[in-house]
Amino acid sequence: MKGRVGALVRKEYRHILRDPGTLGALLVIPLFLLAMFGWAISLDVNEVPLLVRDLDHSAESRALAAAFFASGRFTRVDDRGGDTGASLDSGRAAATLELPRGLARALGRGETAELQVLVDGSDATRAATVIGYIEGIVLRFGAEKLALKAAGSGRELPGALDSHPRVLFNQELKSVNNLVPGLVAIIIIISGVISTALAVVREKELGSMEQLIVSPLESWELIVGKTLPYATIGLVSAATVLTAGSLLFGVAVKGSLVELALMTTLFVFACLALGILISTIAPTQQVAFLASAMLTLLPTFLLSGFVFPIRNMPVVIQALTWLFPTKYYIEILQALMVKGVGIVSYWHQALGLLVYALAAASIAALRFARSRGR
Amino acid sequence: MSAATMDAISVDSLVKRFGSFVAVDGISFEVPAGSVFGLLGANGAGKSTAIRMLCGLLEPSSGSARIAGIDVTRDPEGVKRSIGYMSQRFSLYEDLTIAENLRFFAGLYGLSPSRARTEAERVLALTGLAGREDSLAGELPGGFRQRLALGCALLHAPRVLFLDEPTAGVDPLARRRFWDIIYAVAESGSTVLVTTHYLDEAEYCATVTLMHAGRIVAEGSPAGLKAEHFPSAMVEVVCEDPAAALALLAADKRVEEASLFGSKLHAALAPGFGDEAGAGEELVREALGAGGIAATSVERIPPSLEDVFIRVISGSAEADL
Repeated sequence: MKGRVGALVRKEYRHILRDPGTLGALLVIPLFLLAMFGWAISLDVNEVPLLVRDLDHSAESRALAAAFFASGRFTRVDDRGGDTGASLDSGRAAATLELPRGLARALGRGETAELQVLVDGSDATRAATVIGYIEGIVLRFGAEKLALKAAGSGRELPGALDSHPRVLFNQELKSVNNLVPGLVAIIIIISGVISTALAVVREKELGSMEQLIVSPLESWELIVGKTLPYATIGLVSAATVLTAGSLLFGVAVKGSLVELALMTTLFVFACLALGILISTIAPTQQVAFLASAMLTLLPTFLLSGFVFPIRNMPVVIQALTWLFPTKYYIEILQALMVKGVGIVSYWHQALGLLVYALAAASIAALRFARSRGR
Repeated sequence: MSAATMDAISVDSLVKRFGSFVAVDGISFEVPAGSVFGLLGANGAGKSTAIRMLCGLLEPSSGSARIAGIDVTRDPEGVKRSIGYMSQRFSLYEDLTIAENLRFFAGLYGLSPSRARTEAERVLALTGLAGREDSLAGELPGGFRQRLALGCALLHAPRVLFLDEPTAGVDPLARRRFWDIIYAVAESGSTVLVTTHYLDEAEYCATVTLMHAGRIVAEGSPAGLKAEHFPSAMVEVVCEDPAAALALLAADKRVEEASLFGSKLHAALAPGFGDEAGAGEELVREALGAGGIAATSVERIPPSLEDVFIRVISGSAEADL
């Protein structure tokens, strides 16, 4: 690249390469986050350690216990005697199931048998899911008993309801499928908003901005020269995460790659504009970091549907989510990657993103020109 | 007017207002090409605001200025191409090497790679940084960083060089070395405008302008200013009780002005008194003796620019009253 912009871009890359912190934040952290979300933090509830205490020792009770472990949701925890609650306290088990003495007899007589179930509620979401699993297994077991008994006595049962939910889009119900889009958005925010704002404010803090302004460098050259390196790094990093997500976790992009590239470029543009805008307001790098983290990273985590579903939020908070561009981008990514649909189904998000990008860029350009004193 | 005789800097009634505060209040001056011009004054006198207007960093509220013949309000971009600017913060990129800093500034001024190389060699030789090209700017001692900052401002061979407090926070030896480079730059035909509040440094300038409260209160060569404001003798006194001596001398009609310089006392005699050799010292010794103060030493000294500064500023303060 030639000329003044080229000089600025080369200088910026030297800064980045010379500072392992920046490079790490832009390339290593995203992959680390992907690995963390992909392997360590799973929002899926599986392999719940379950302690079963069978006091009945009957064929029926053994069949019920077996139904739990056959579901694939639970793993067996050894019963070491004593209070079943103690195994929850120690964390050995996340749930306990006590099958009372006389269970088989009660069932044979057509009476109701009571099971004692204890669930560790310290993680409310997980507990709710576990309770759902348990109730499902118990209901199914009861229904099968009933059907068997009816068949044995030759009586007709009233028609029973049976549901076999088929999940569309994210067939394996893997949360990593939803996390990759969020992660891509976060990477672009870190390099597009935070790094850009910091890089410009650093020049102000250092006093070198004045040196740039007395040079023949024009405003647009300054903006392009400062943002281009971070835009490139953000895109490369996002592509890396998409590739890694596809190779390691099988999260492939189902929709059009061209649309993905277009929408991502639009989001990068919105982020850069926001970064420049913050840099015209923040006097120090600390303020710039705080402002950009508060305005972009935090809402991305909390308000974009990345971690917490927007549908579960109070209406006021839901309205708030429209103020941050990440929400649009994540919805577009989910549409493109997980659902594999085209622009027809997400055009209003794309429009929102476009409006946001243009508004941020205009305000940033105005403020930037004014901050140069002319 | 031919290019050789044209003033490199020509300022006419330049004003800068910030709200109701007038930072620069109608200053005018001319700087001939190839000279070293000092803009002096205390912090807040308006020096930096003035220099920033001349560099195109600030828009003047009124008045005009031409740098190398280019009007700063009409063609600020043209001005930027013909000037070099170095601020008191020596704004370098500390994580880049000397060579990388130079290469960046060469690119910023659009020098071709081959010209960037020859200019970098010239600047490295001029600033005495040759051989250190691969040192990181942040690891250099203050004096070296200051010279590198100057070097970065000189790469594109600017016709006018602006130095805003270039020697702030640098040791005296490094300052002396820096001034040698400034002379070399002026000798090669560039014009140098330097602001400083080190008045000893101002002695190095061909012409100095003293700013106070946004206005120019004195202008001339250092020697000319001294002769103009101190036509009579100046005596330095060392004694036990400088405060009492100050009061005593200030009350004496033969002493025009007395002021403290650290633990010493400077007394400027009134015109007509103590002009002959030894007469001034005798006069002050006698005046102090009459007041019961024994002086350790009384010596006739040449006035410094600082003496001029104090006299001019107290004079202008009285004129304001």
